[in-house]
Amino acid sequence: MSNKYKKMWIRIAFSAIILGIAVLLQIRGIFALPVFLVAYAVIGWDVLWRAVRNIAHGQMFDENFLMALATVGAFLTGKYPEAVAVMLFYQVGELFQSYAVGRSRKSIAALMDINPEWANLEADGQIVQVSPDEVEVGSVIVIRAGEKIPLDGIVLEGVSMIDTAALTGESLPRSVAPGDAVVSGCINKSGLLRVKTEKCYEDSTVARILELVENSAEKKAKAERFITRFARWYTPAVVGAAILLAVIPPLFMGGVWNEWIHRALIFLVVSCPCALVISVPLSFFGGIGAASKKGILIKGGNYLEALAKADTVVFDKTGTLTTGSFIVSEIWPCGGFTEEKLLEAAALAESISTHPISAALRNVYKMPIDPGRIGSASEIAGYGVRAVVDGAEILAGNARLMAENGLKIPDTDDEGTCVHVAVAGKYAGCIILADEEKANAQKAITMLREQGTRKIVMLTGDSQAAAEVLSRHLGVYEIYSKLLPADKVAHVERLMAEPGKDGNLVFVGDGINDAPVLARCDVGIAMGAMGSDAAIEAADIVLMDDDPAKVAHAIDISRRTMRIVHQNIVFAIAIKVLVMVLGALGISGMWEAVFADVGVSVIAILNAMRALNMGIRRKE
Amino acid sequence: MKKVFKLQDLDCANCARKMEEAIAKLDGVESVSINFMMQKMTITADDARFDEILKNAEKAIKRVDSACCIVK
Repeated sequence: MSNKYKKMWIRIAFSAIILGIAVLLQIRGIFALPVFLVAYAVIGWDVLWRAVRNIAHGQMFDENFLMALATVGAFLTGKYPEAVAVMLFYQVGELFQSYAVGRSRKSIAALMDINPEWANLEADGQIVQVSPDEVEVGSVIVIRAGEKIPLDGIVLEGVSMIDTAALTGESLPRSVAPGDAVVSGCINKSGLLRVKTEKCYEDSTVARILELVENSAEKKAKAERFITRFARWYTPAVVGAAILLAVIPPLFMGGVWNEWIHRALIFLVVSCPCALVISVPLSFFGGIGAASKKGILIKGGNYLEALAKADTVVFDKTGTLTTGSFIVSEIWPCGGFTEEKLLEAAALAESISTHPISAALRNVYKMPIDPGRIGSASEIAGYGVRAVVDGAEILAGNARLMAENGLKIPDTDDEGTCVHVAVAGKYAGCIILADEEKANAQKAITMLREQGTRKIVMLTGDSQAAAEVLSRHLGVYEIYSKLLPADKVAHVERLMAEPGKDGNLVFVGDGINDAPVLARCDVGIAMGAMGSDAAIEAADIVLMDDDPAKVAHAIDISRRTMRIVHQNIVFAIAIKVLVMVLGALGISGMWEAVFADVGVSVIAILNAMRALNMGIRRKE
Repeated sequence: MKKVFKLQDLDCANCARKMEEAIAKLDGVESVSINFMMQKMTITADDARFDEILKNAEKAIKRVDSACCIVK
């Protein structure tokens, strides 16, 4: 690569020196043409060669061909120094462009540097270094301090701190001990870890993230599609205009042929839409890259574009604004049941469920759960569970479940989630659980407000009382409680159709149970995706960690990316049109035209790179 | 079948766009995307005729820029 650059610099220098001498000595007459031709050949032979080759392939509006035509045209109209200078300037511009693209590629590659290169596989008491994709599920690998974790797994032995920054953007290391899950792409900071792998390389978190970011370019944003369509007609249109400009004034208005052909050549030079074709996708890629550095994975440019237009943000409560881990706050037995009996019945029945409530109940119950005691059991989404334990039917769930089964419950106005329990058709009491608010929940809402989000809504399956307490504290004014998964879809649909809404609706959930809503809204964001395949699958944008403030960060990044995209589109088109107008009037020449071609490309690329390098505005 | 190929010496973004357009028109190609920055082509095409389609794709690429080739 650097060799290629060096050769190019030598050619540029050589040609520039000949051109300089020839212009200074004011070479005229029969010597002029050969001298300028040598300088031209040195700098432009490859352009001419490619032009000829591509013409043979039927590529009419090739950039090389147009440059060749413009400069050869300049020679024919007697403007020798200009022909050489234009080619020289063009090549310098191309070189800069190549540098800029090379640099951006490097930055992007650095971003993708979460890929583990090897795994230390433990086999027959020995440790062998193998490629991560050769490690089978269930193998034992060893991760030394300073190494990347190559595969997702469970720690068997060792205590360490792991750095998840590459995945989550979170700089505080996390401590792990035997029994904890570790995720590929993180770095083991201190101790030696023995890990049993749970996934093969293709399914591991790091491979999925890389695939997601790399494939994001395939889902094109409207702005990108506009550029593609624009590029398709732009070049032929400009070339057509050039022909008209060369022919009409001399034929019908008594213009001088030489003069008008020269002006037409200016059009040819600016006829490549390169600046746009490179810089717009690059800006999107940069924005997506910058976001992924913060642990925000955006699945495509289209989602980034849609997110920038967000005006309504709908949060699911549990697992999103709250930690989703419940704490049992009170146990209210009745009908002759003791606290222990009530808790036991609830814990056993709920043990079949993956809902966080089940985990909370088990935590308090503390005794091991014997699956043999549980007969047939089923979970009724939005209601609770029905299970046969020790031969008796147990219902555990919300008030609706009780009502459905004709059970009377006492009025509770406690702020919290209430699990009612009935054993063998008899109401046994209820257990109150409280859901913990996330540390950044309030900050997330404040940041969204400051960004000018028109409406912030909270949906929850929880009780009105629980929802109100949280929403008052967070400053969310619109809440809908006691919703079944299907109700959430209905609410989102209603909010999307609401008059006065002129932007997109963003739904933020934890990826569990809310796949239909994530699919229905304009932009679906799932959080807490470290290691959760369901969340990565369902959403358009995935937050690797649990931080709701990242929603605001993601919107911020998307808006700034879109600003860069629009700047580039307007800037590139404006300069080109300006140069064409001035060129047609005879005010600007070939120099300006070359600037409008390669110069604008370089500037647009550099501008696009800002998208990749943008950090998050510090606002605490 | 969906496959990803590396493209060597893909030097201009506008060429990448032209290649993408030309390949998308080929018979049997379901979708194609050329990523100029990553120098990669993702192509989804008919399984049974994949090799033939790939050959045609390479021809289309050569027609736009004869220096560029697919790394297999």
